Amino acid sequence: MGQNQKTVKPASNYPIRLFKGILMAVALGGFLYWGFFFLRDSELPKVFTTMFAIVWGVGGMTMIYVVMNWLAENLLPTNLRHRVLPYVFLLPAMLLLLWFLVIPTLRTLVMSFSNKNNTEFIGFANYIAVFTERLMLEAFRNNLLWIMIGTTACIVFGLLVAVLADRSSFENIAKAIIFMPMAISFVGAGVIWKFVFLYEPAGEVQRGLLNAIWVGLGGQPQAWLQMIQPWNNLFLIMVAVWIQTGYAMVIFSSAIKSVPEEILEAARIDGATEIQAFFRITIPVIKNTIITVTTTIVIFMLKIFDVVIIMTGGQYGTEVIATQFYRQFFTNRNQGYGAAISIVLLIAVLPVMIYNLREFGKQETFR
Amino acid sequence: MNKQKKSSKTLVNFMLGIICFVWLIPAVGLLVSSFRYRESIDSTGWWTEFPHREYQTFITYQLPEDVNLRESIKIEGVEYDDLAIRDGIVREDGSKIVWESRKARLIGVQKKRWSFLPELTFDNYKAVLIGQKYEYTNSAGEISTVQGENLSQAFLNSLAVTIPATVIPVMIAAFAAYVFAWMKFPGRRLLFIIVVATLVVPLQLALIPLTKDYVKLQLNGTFLSMWLAHTGFGLPLAIYLLHNYISTLPRDILESAFIDGASHFTIFLRLIMPLSVPALASFAIFQFLWVWNDYLVSLVFLGASAGKQVLTVQLANLVGSRGQNWYFLASGAFISMALPLLVFFSLQRYFVRGLTAGSVKG
Repeated sequence: MGQNQKTVKPASNYPIRLFKGILMAVALGGFLYWGFFFLRDSELPKVFTTMFAIVWGVGGMTMIYVVMNWLAENLLPTNLRHRVLPYVFLLPAMLLLLWFLVIPTLRTLVMSFSNKNNTEFIGFANYIAVFTERLMLEAFRNNLLWIMIGTTACIVFGLLVAVLADRSSFENIAKAIIFMPMAISFVGAGVIWKFVFLYEPAGEVQRGLLNAIWVGLGGQPQAWLQMIQPWNNLFLIMVAVWIQTGYAMVIFSSAIKSVPEEILEAARIDGATEIQAFFRITIPVIKNTIITVTTTIVIFMLKIFDVVIIMTGGQYGTEVIATQFYRQFFTNRNQGYGAAISIVLLIAVLPVMIYNLREFGKQETFR
Repeated sequence: MNKQKKSSKTLVNFMLGIICFVWLIPAVGLLVSSFRYRESIDSTGWWTEFPHREYQTFITYQLPEDVNLRESIKIEGVEYDDLAIRDGIVREDGSKIVWESRKARLIGVQKKRWSFLPELTFDNYKAVLIGQKYEYTNSAGEISTVQGENLSQAFLNSLAVTIPATVIPVMIAAFAAYVFAWMKFPGRRLLFIIVVATLVVPLQLALIPLTKDYVKLQLNGTFLSMWLAHTGFGLPLAIYLLHNYISTLPRDILESAFIDGASHFTIFLRLIMPLSVPALASFAIFQFLWVWNDYLVSLVFLGASAGKQVLTVQLANLVGSRGQNWYFLASGAFISMALPLLVFFSLQRYFVRGLTAGSVKG
């Protein structure tokens, strides 16, 4: 690393360094400020604005760290510097965490007890509405369906594919295929599946795959997403299972590979069938992994939003908590009610948060 | 025994093959559709582009002027009536008699034959990418002028949102993870508890207060608002993952660097960053996919600003406004998927590593 030249510098340079520091800070501030307005009001072709945005954003952030570090190293006496430096490096992260997650959570909690425009305290009225309104009850019921059926399907398919892939002759290709939907947006996935569920009246050519198969088997064409409530929710859940199974599969796959082969071999010699060995040995060994994956997918299903909005817009009895939140807060501009709904989401994930904190408490490095 | 093993492997391959086929088919359907001509998308299923048997005309009869179309029509010695020909008459030898064009008095005799050649075009992609009116050539070669959609702008917006919203949190989180892993200071435990606690906070909680802040700060509708939001929402997982990795780096390398008199900043840049590339990469891919595919945050902060919408929001708008025009939707969807799929398949290794080391994002 070589000698650090800064410590050798004579102290008499301090006023010059101070001046330099102020100059740097002002220049950086000016660049960030000017860039913001330039970007907001720019009439240049899109390609240039995009490039400028990237350079300004990434470069600006880098410069903030460089300048902050320079100031701390050159303007602070050594002993103070060692004490301040950790906070200097942590400052951006902690500021953003506070501004975007911690404080909003508290503010939302306060808002949830207020009226539409947060001008009046109205006690638990929003919460009473949340737990009594018809659409909210529908949303709770649907979210329950999503969590129970969706999560189970993801876990079962994930395990099945992980086990099959492990023994197949094209493991990597199969895993990549099952995993692929995780890379695309829910909006894109919604469009893909909307096309599968496409419905034309009886007698016309069915262009949707599901109806084409259904009619081919002798059925009447169905509007899958609109009819047979509440079972139309299952077709939406199918989309989420298609997306999320890959996640379960990848985690299970690496867990299954860690099951000791000797134990499985011993069971086989004792006459256990493959299925017995799987349920009596593999499953108990990877139990903790299954719990983790289940938790993750339950949270995913709890917050499902995009799929429903794209496929049905929450109509035909497919409303979920997150779409209700969006409608109250964005469409109806009812901030108090929206806040109460999001607090319900928070309460639902609270057990996981407490579990995470408890696990963290066990860590040695932070004692 | 060996034979039994072989047959069970065949069974496994077969079952897995079926599952993979079922998983792929929805996406393949839309992908094929995105290259089909509009008229074909509107009239037949996408699977008709694959080899299949269909009726093809092999003889055409021109009816003389004096034949009355309302009376029976004689073809190859047999009399048929007009209404039946309109529905198509299947003869005993499997051939079929239909009107090629009733106006031009053309009757065709068709036979079922294999059709191998799909009719494909790039025009749908042109249509969604270009904003202005453009000329569209259909499968018969006729040209018409149509209004396009402007997804190329949205693509650039997505880039302008996603790249900084990926790099900035990686940078901030790496600094924070380094501090948590290698520096001792009062409040370290408490600050990390905040990180762990915010891991699963649903981002919906933050949207209402943030909208208010953004309106006050006049940040609404700017890229900066998106970078900050995605950075804030991504930070807990980023710090957590990177801390897990950075804290396991060998201690003696760092200690010898300290003895040489290197500052924390130099150590971070010259040692920690290069050593942490796998962890940085896996989080960066996560964040990239997450931001690129995000719909809710963009909808709330950029959705109303004309010209600033990202791909997911534009695509969702298309579903609303052009819900029946599958040539737009299909190609639009694949334009929005191209980059994430590319990133995903080229960096799959890192992505999987991040998943297995990861936790739950709020």
